[in-house]
Amino acid sequence: MDKCKYDWPAAGDRSLIGKRIKRVDGPAKASGRAKYTYDINRPGLLIGKIYRSPYAHAKITAIDTSEAEKLPGVKTVKVILGVGKETNWVGDEIIALAAISEDIADDAIGKIKVEFEELPHLVLEEDLKQAGDYAKKAGSKTAGDPVKAFSDPDLIVSEGYYGIAAITHCCLESHGNVAEWTGEKLLTYSSTQNVSGLPGQIGQALREQGVDVPDKNIETVCNYIGGGFGSKFSPDEWGIHVAQLAKTTGKPVKLMLDRNMEMEAAGSRPSAYARIKVGAKKDGTLVAWDSHSWGTGGPTGAGMVPLPYVLEIPNRSSAHTSVSTHTGPARAWRAPDHPQAAALSMCALDDLAAKLNMDPIEFFSKNADLSAGRGKVYREELEKAAELIDWKTNWHPRGDKTSGHIKRGLGLSMHTWGGRGHNSLCLVSIHPDGSVETTLGSQDLGTGTRTAIAVVAAETLGLPVKAISVNIGDSKFPASGASGGSTTIGGVSASTRRASVDALDQLFAVVAPILGVPADQLIAVGGKIQAKGDSSKQLSWKEACAKLQVKTIQATGKNPDASKCKLGDSGVGGVQIADVSVDTETGLIKINKMVAAQDCGLIISMKTAESQVYGALIMGITYALFEERIMDQITGRMLNNNMEFYKLAGIGDIGELVVHMMTGPGYDERGTIGLGEPPVISPGAAISNAVANAIGVRVPTIPLTPEKVLAALAKGGVA
Amino acid sequence: MEAFEYARPKSATEAIKLLTGTGSQAHALAGGTDLISLMKDGVARPQRLVSLQHLSELKGISFREDSGLRLGAGVTLEELIESAEVQKHYPALVQAAEGVHSPQIRSTGTVGGDLCQRPRCWYYRAGFGLLAVYKGKPLVPEGDNRYHAILGNSGPAYFVSPSSLAPILIALNAKVKLHGPQGMRELSVQDFFVTPKSETETEHALRAGEIVTEVLVPNPGDVKMAIYEVRQKEALDWPLAAAAVVLKLDGGQVQSARVVLGHVAPVPWPSPSAEGVLKDKSVDEDTAWEAGQAALADATPLSRNAYKVQLARVAVKRAILRAAKGEA
Repeated sequence: MDKCKYDWPAAGDRSLIGKRIKRVDGPAKASGRAKYTYDINRPGLLIGKIYRSPYAHAKITAIDTSEAEKLPGVKTVKVILGVGKETNWVGDEIIALAAISEDIADDAIGKIKVEFEELPHLVLEEDLKQAGDYAKKAGSKTAGDPVKAFSDPDLIVSEGYYGIAAITHCCLESHGNVAEWTGEKLLTYSSTQNVSGLPGQIGQALREQGVDVPDKNIETVCNYIGGGFGSKFSPDEWGIHVAQLAKTTGKPVKLMLDRNMEMEAAGSRPSAYARIKVGAKKDGTLVAWDSHSWGTGGPTGAGMVPLPYVLEIPNRSSAHTSVSTHTGPARAWRAPDHPQAAALSMCALDDLAAKLNMDPIEFFSKNADLSAGRGKVYREELEKAAELIDWKTNWHPRGDKTSGHIKRGLGLSMHTWGGRGHNSLCLVSIHPDGSVETTLGSQDLGTGTRTAIAVVAAETLGLPVKAISVNIGDSKFPASGASGGSTTIGGVSASTRRASVDALDQLFAVVAPILGVPADQLIAVGGKIQAKGDSSKQLSWKEACAKLQVKTIQATGKNPDASKCKLGDSGVGGVQIADVSVDTETGLIKINKMVAAQDCGLIISMKTAESQVYGALIMGITYALFEERIMDQITGRMLNNNMEFYKLAGIGDIGELVVHMMTGPGYDERGTIGLGEPPVISPGAAISNAVANAIGVRVPTIPLTPEKVLAALAKGGVA
Repeated sequence: MEAFEYARPKSATEAIKLLTGTGSQAHALAGGTDLISLMKDGVARPQRLVSLQHLSELKGISFREDSGLRLGAGVTLEELIESAEVQKHYPALVQAAEGVHSPQIRSTGTVGGDLCQRPRCWYYRAGFGLLAVYKGKPLVPEGDNRYHAILGNSGPAYFVSPSSLAPILIALNAKVKLHGPQGMRELSVQDFFVTPKSETETEHALRAGEIVTEVLVPNPGDVKMAIYEVRQKEALDWPLAAAAVVLKLDGGQVQSARVVLGHVAPVPWPSPSAEGVLKDKSVDEDTAWEAGQAALADATPLSRNAYKVQLARVAVKRAILRAAKGEA
């Protein structure tokens, strides 16, 4: 491909890109100076609260808010779901109110009287036989001729049942907003993954409710967010209610969800269960697949999980049943559908490898070319991950035959993701005093977006990272996409690169006549503007910028743009291996070590990239061992809607984590590709496979609790 | 949380007056690590909180060869752990306090609070009552009982006693000193815990207005002791089963043993049959396992918690082996 002026610098010319650079907002976060939505307190602030349905499925027959309205300090009460309406999960919003303090708001909620006519509900879906009419066929796919392929008497076939429970997003900062009207203008401080996209959504919803506000009058601010994971793209109903409460009262109102509502109503990852049959030739070549999957994502059921995952087995059929339940609606959860697909597929494939008496590394390497053109990447990652876990020394066939009740095992999984950069605009300003700003309507979910923007601008302008001010988190800034689908790094790094190159060109044009060097012969490096190959002709950055006199340079970069420059790509692979010990007396699993080999094209900021993978491994270990939304069929409630029985891993639960980013030739030239999601896909399957390898029997469903491990051991294995 | 009065008395007598004052629904407040969350969840709705923070009677740790250990009920778990005398004479008490894997709770939660904390049953915490009844039917047997009782669970109580310290205190024959409107009395820690038979009863033998002021633990002399808790997570998590063991050895043989289980029944659960198995035997893996099996011989697991029977057996076995080894 032709050289293009925006191209990323060649490996030898990078002074910052790909290096381990400290997160630019680390000190603000560590010191508490970083203000999250929860921290925003405006003069005269009111607190909003929501009365929620205590029933999974019920019709509202009467509402009496008079006692709440009479309570001193209560400023407004707004009915959301009126008499005659149905609630469809515990936590469904019925009434919103605002009061002068949180205590009064809570007390007012306690004084609301709502009568319900209870209706039948279903909140459990694993046992499809109990689902009745709530279960509906929801698609099937076939390729090749699986019936014929399975009829081959020489085919080695493994059959099994696999599953992964519904979990919640459990954002540490719950969902919520502060809404403040100034005349006809609305400002929202929102905990959101979608700063630029929020005002339009808020405006539309408000206009539908009769509030005549144009989008241009709405501004959303989010400088810091305490977790989103796919659950914070929209303002949500409560985000509209809070704007209404603020409008009615003429005061700013803060409405953040309580933990139980966060767990019950603000996002869940659909469950997935499947009966799977998979067959290979004796040499391990995958030939045929058949699966029937089901799961729930709440009232609207759950869509089809992509099975088989990663490996397109030539003869395959898959059918899916969607179960609608009276549980909080699903939202995109970090790599939607992929953790489920990996848990189901990679466990089934691992069982087949065991039946073939094949080493899983050999088995997956052999079949890696069934992935969409990524066979070489997977083989390199399998090799690297195996080396880092010392597979040759530590792996044994199914069932640790050593004596004692601690059994050790290794297991692997592989995954894929897209991650092409989203639409992004970046404004770069170079001021006459030498200061530099980048301004984008993007947001930093904790992935290191600010740091990446600063690194790209600094690299391009030949400046240190600290010389770049990064303005993000405001919808009045040039629009950037929502942070979802691992699209942010590709979007903001490309727009920032283009804007920085164009801004620098403008500076070169000013400086060139002064230095007596053609503009295209100038470079910015080490805080200087100088002639290529002639350091005698140079100006410091400050001196160069001073030549602008009073005129600030501004340039806007876009992603995508019309140029043919390739700054990013889509499609990554990843391999993870878990090393676990299982106590066969208690069924407790200890993670000894996890290794992740991950590609994501050109890495802008190595340290924050690795952080993403560490975080994903921890999140993955958590859902593999602990996390599940526990629903009670009798009351329709979520029993663990708190941080006590909704178990999250702590530092003592995660073992040693090793991250290896695939870089260099074959990877870097693809440009930037998203990373936030892919490494969270494999841990469930890798850990489940390691447990099966340790104890010699499959624990069918995730999370792998002591109860399930002991039940599996009772049926066989090495205990 | 509804508005409440807050009182900060300087003496136990004053505290008891405030707790029994006319018509007031008063609660004693020690570390508050449990009570505040009960109030936030609307499960406890006191009209008055009586802080025990400034009562000198509730402070201090002291040890005497003749009378043993005196723990003020207001001693925090962290203070207990850091006490050189407790470490020396009651290592298993330290182990039990260390089982609370949250530094915040250890430095705020108290010895008395550990004994008086309410069960963690998720139906109780969701407002269905201590006995978890819904539309006239008990929720636990028909519902999700994965963390509920496997012993002493013939109903109507199915929750498990959450106390970290009670099993080892019972194994050490400890007493609680109670201070109430009728004066002072002492109760064995074992008798302090009762299984409620109706929703109007609680799981403690506390009378109206009574508070725990001290815990008295006899000098155990030359014994081996240990606890073992099986918990799913290293990070803060409730044990799925726990056991406390005190062994008096003569040569290699067990002269007498105390075995008390935790998190398996509505009260801490002493096991005379496990103690019987150990008597006159030398401690090894097989004896310990036999004791574990004996301790759970009468277990009556519910629909979802049979796995806890195995975990409790293992807890007993490992506590015995740990005690015999004399691990700190």
